[in-house]
Amino acid sequence: MPSKRLVLTFPENIVTKPITYKLVKDFNLEFNILRAEVTPEMEGKMLLEIKGASEQIEKGIEYLLNEGVSVQEASKDITLDKEQCVHCGLCVSLCITNALSLDEKSYKLNFNKEKCILCGFCQNSCPVNAIKLKM
Amino acid sequence: MAKSIEEINEKIKQGKVVVLTAEEIIDYVEENGVKKTAREVDVVTTATFGPMCSTGAFLNFGHSDPPIKMTRVWLNDVPAYTGLAAVDAYIGAAELSETEGMEYGGAYVIQDLISGKPVKLRATAYGTDCYPRREINTYITKDTINQAYLFNPRNVYQNYSVATNSSDRVIYTYMGKLLPNFGNATYSSAGQLSPLLNDPYYRTIGIGTRIFLAGAQGYVAWCGTQHNPSKERLPNGTPIGPAGTLALIGNLKEMSTKYLKACTFHGYGVSIFVGVGIPIPVIDEEMVQFLKIKDEDIYTEILDYSVQRRNKPSYGKVNYKQLRSGKITVNGKEVQTGSISSYYKAREIANLLKDWIKEGKFYLTNYVAPLPAEERIKGLEIVSQEELY
Ligand code: SF4
Ligand code: SF4
Repeated sequence: MPSKRLVLTFPENIVTKPITYKLVKDFNLEFNILRAEVTPEMEGKMLLEIKGASEQIEKGIEYLLNEGVSVQEASKDITLDKEQCVHCGLCVSLCITNALSLDEKSYKLNFNKEKCILCGFCQNSCPVNAIKLKM
Repeated sequence: MAKSIEEINEKIKQGKVVVLTAEEIIDYVEENGVKKTAREVDVVTTATFGPMCSTGAFLNFGHSDPPIKMTRVWLNDVPAYTGLAAVDAYIGAAELSETEGMEYGGAYVIQDLISGKPVKLRATAYGTDCYPRREINTYITKDTINQAYLFNPRNVYQNYSVATNSSDRVIYTYMGKLLPNFGNATYSSAGQLSPLLNDPYYRTIGIGTRIFLAGAQGYVAWCGTQHNPSKERLPNGTPIGPAGTLALIGNLKEMSTKYLKACTFHGYGVSIFVGVGIPIPVIDEEMVQFLKIKDEDIYTEILDYSVQRRNKPSYGKVNYKQLRSGKITVNGKEVQTGSISSYYKAREIANLLKDWIKEGKFYLTNYVAPLPAEERIKGLEIVSQEELY
């Protein structure tokens, strides 16, 4: 069965539950939430794997877009080149999952890949090109 | 009791000098008080490591045989300015490569020169009786050319604004990638470690001051471009936003790519991280009052970079403790922050400079002339010649 990994961004004040429920019920899609991050006063983000017939997937995405949810294809992988990094912290401002953070004491960049949802927000942010996202 | 630079240098010579970083002095004053600190501490080291487009290098290539008076010159396909004597040129950090665009530029040429890599030199000329050659293609390194000195028309900004984006699209700026609807905010100053925030009225830092510049010993050459000391200030002396700046000079051949790094801001252009360290002599108690400044005492303004105008709307003021905590409130919304300058690197430089002074490798200087204390920044008006008078 075809599958796709998507990053959904829910604007403030959209409730995520009924929307995801509808994906299962109306479009007959199986899905697996790989990571979700909904911070207060910020948009919610979700990395999702959906499985189903290709046309159903397309319809499901169309439905999400109509609901005001932004849908992007997730990156496949992310790497951080520690040799290049100068620990500025610019990327940190873009990462809502805290996968990228500055250590409170040393102010060195910490990258916790476990927390990364491959949302791509940090793409094109690193001035020394230390972050590489594969599409 | 005032301390002179000569007395401090004598202590450096005897290995008795007491040096703290601008971070360490904060707790020291808290524990020991201003009077005791002024007596016991001799030098405080400050530093910054941020991107500065207003950077470049003067180069003298030496004369070829037959010689050439270069009228246009390219280094690794990046144009350099050569409207100077025959083989003098200035390579600006922000200049883009003619073949690779924003992926490569003047900053990368400077970095390649420092690291000792060969750089392709191409030049053209109209030819004269004394300089008959009309074209040259060759390779240089920092060791094959006569002089190479870094010259920063502007650096070490005394405070800078916070950038955010109120619009509904991602924007790419010199303050980095800014997400729509106040999705993030970026700032630049090293705050409590920053040189001119620790000497807000330029009592000790002036023209001729010896500094750490990208791994070498350099000097303050002049006040920097857009030097704006008249910016509104807090009672503690620190300006609320961009104020004073410095022009810096130093021998590129002695620099290290550890403290100077070329960079590209996606969608904006090429720039360069330059590591600067400035020692501040603890000349008296008043100096301690300035040096004990901490992040929460330093404020700056949040500006909306989606407004493409000279004056951008403000969303209020924040201090550096708030900025460094990772989250601030903008327009009632919690917004994540990130710095474009590296506090980690700034701290490393402040500590390195401290070691140099303690080991007697670096002596302090009196400035030769003070920085202007009352200049105001001007805009550029679009006018006819008549309107000027
Ligand atoms: S892709 Fe980047 S911004 Fe997104 S979660 Fe991973 S590290 Fe954070
Ligand atoms: S933006 Fe790049 S250099 Fe800066 S902390 Fe992130 S990975 Fe490191």
